[in-house]
Amino acid sequence: MTSTLDSRAVASPSASTRTRKGNAARRRRTVFYFIAPAMLGFLIFFGYPLIATVYYSFTRYDLINAPEFVGFDNYIRMFTSEALVGTAAYNTLWLVIVLTFCRVVFSLGVASIISRLKSGVGLVRTLCYLPSLAPPAAATLAFVFLFNPEYGPVNAFLRMVGVDGGLWFNDPAMSKPALTLLVMWGSGELMIIILAALLDVPQEQYEAAELDGAGPVRRFWHVTLPSISPVLLFGVVNSMIFALQFFTQAIVAGSAAAGAADVAGNTRFIGAPQNSTLTYPVWLYVQGFRYFNMGYAAAMAVLLFIVSAGFTWILVRQLRKTQHQEEGG
Amino acid sequence: MTTLAEPRHTAPASEPPKVRVRRQWDKKLHWIATHSVGIAMGVIFMLPILFVFLTAVMSSDQALSSNFWPKEWHFENFIEVFEKAPLLQYFGNSILYSTLATFGALVSAIPAAYALSKLKFRGQNLFFMLTMAAMMLPPQVTVVPLYDLWVRLGFTGTLVPLIVPYFFFDAFSIFLLRQFFLTIPKDYLEAAKIDGCNEFQAMVKVLIPMAKPGIAATAMFCFLFTWNDYFGPLLYTGETRDSWPLSLAIASFRGMHHVEWNLTMAATALIMLPVIVLFVFAQKSFVKGITFTGVKG
Repeated sequence: MTSTLDSRAVASPSASTRTRKGNAARRRRTVFYFIAPAMLGFLIFFGYPLIATVYYSFTRYDLINAPEFVGFDNYIRMFTSEALVGTAAYNTLWLVIVLTFCRVVFSLGVASIISRLKSGVGLVRTLCYLPSLAPPAAATLAFVFLFNPEYGPVNAFLRMVGVDGGLWFNDPAMSKPALTLLVMWGSGELMIIILAALLDVPQEQYEAAELDGAGPVRRFWHVTLPSISPVLLFGVVNSMIFALQFFTQAIVAGSAAAGAADVAGNTRFIGAPQNSTLTYPVWLYVQGFRYFNMGYAAAMAVLLFIVSAGFTWILVRQLRKTQHQEEGG
Repeated sequence: MTTLAEPRHTAPASEPPKVRVRRQWDKKLHWIATHSVGIAMGVIFMLPILFVFLTAVMSSDQALSSNFWPKEWHFENFIEVFEKAPLLQYFGNSILYSTLATFGALVSAIPAAYALSKLKFRGQNLFFMLTMAAMMLPPQVTVVPLYDLWVRLGFTGTLVPLIVPYFFFDAFSIFLLRQFFLTIPKDYLEAAKIDGCNEFQAMVKVLIPMAKPGIAATAMFCFLFTWNDYFGPLLYTGETRDSWPLSLAIASFRGMHHVEWNLTMAATALIMLPVIVLFVFAQKSFVKGITFTGVKG
């Protein structure tokens, strides 16, 4: 390194261009060494499967016999004859809307309470964040037990105060709301992100608004919300993507509530009760890896990709925009 | 600022003393109210975990009653779960999956993140965008061809399909490390290069020691993600009990003992415990890492 620096300083113009060219080549080689494994990994584990999924979606394939080209059959079946894919899409859409709304509003509520504490912020933050670390399968089992209609503590408590608790995970109308509660309990990451944004709002703005006679509600609408809106948008899109791939909690809750949780090797209880927890990714998994309709599963995957790509695009654009703002400011 | 603050100082002085006392009382009440709400919130968040541990030490009959508090404390439940199911083996599988994947992710992601944050090359932006896209892609989208690939290679039924990708490309680790590396001034690396280091030496000798907290946070997130992973193990090891990690095993543990909620909760507590311990020891890194994944980068 030092020798090239010296030579550039003293050598003639022609020699300097030659070393610069050599430098550029060396730099390119260095960059190549640094990113080659990641590039290779991306191509093998994302690039190839993305293209291959599109190919498989036009075939009938069961892993054993060679894929057989069937044109748009899988897509036609998906949109016309196959009933459960509609149920699954509905359940996922329900989650994308309700779960996203509840998760963001709840996280914002918890974060703003924490941000108002004068002491004990660390402790309360820890307690609210900790549940989000619980393994989803374990957390789901815990919730199925907590919300058990007969002996679960939640209904026992409700009985104590004279309320009839409901069947929760055993009721097709209550299972998705119960799953939403489970997700809200574990949304600590979003809380921390929103909390950080709330604490970043300049205190002077609140004081100025207070002097202008703005009450707590107006201060929230006119000071807090505008300054944390990029973070909230991040929360919304992030939650939507989370809801789109909602799998573990749904499959564990469905089979655990039905009484037999040996999910591996058992399809009878997936989606229980009455397919109310059958989300789109769960149905994709069952079609592909229980019934071995790989072509059909691939067609479902293509549709999932198109929808999630839309969301991802919005999020990536938003992330880049805020980053540019910060770099500029 | 001073002009803004002025009215506030003068206003209370002109008020009658009674109002001032009430103001102070209001302030105190407000303090008590917000703090009791805060404490109540923290307690509510902890209740499910508390109930898991309380149910875990109940007798199986009592777990089926609606009592909150154990009548007798059956701590031997934690031993019984190990006898009823090969939990140690599952635990070992989980450790194997999580440690190897975390190690692989660091080895592959540190150079990639270094290139993304400290080098300049054509296609850099594109590579970063692709990484972010891969991070947000639902795993179910790519699963059909990948499963097919691993069947052909003969690795289904093992944890290999779950671990190997981490040694090449883990989008989340690359993204998080890049965010951390960006906060480290380039000057240090330039200085190292003037002292005769090449890029690789600059990374190993200067950047990695300086980015230790960020690397630790990334490692923890990766460990946590793989420890909690359910979809991957279900897909590749669902039929092969011997390869099950804990996350997959606890859900089926319940299936083997239909109504033994006490044992199920004991197993649930056992899988939660390492995560809680990890968090208690590394809380600061966690919080820092989360804010970095948000819009704060």
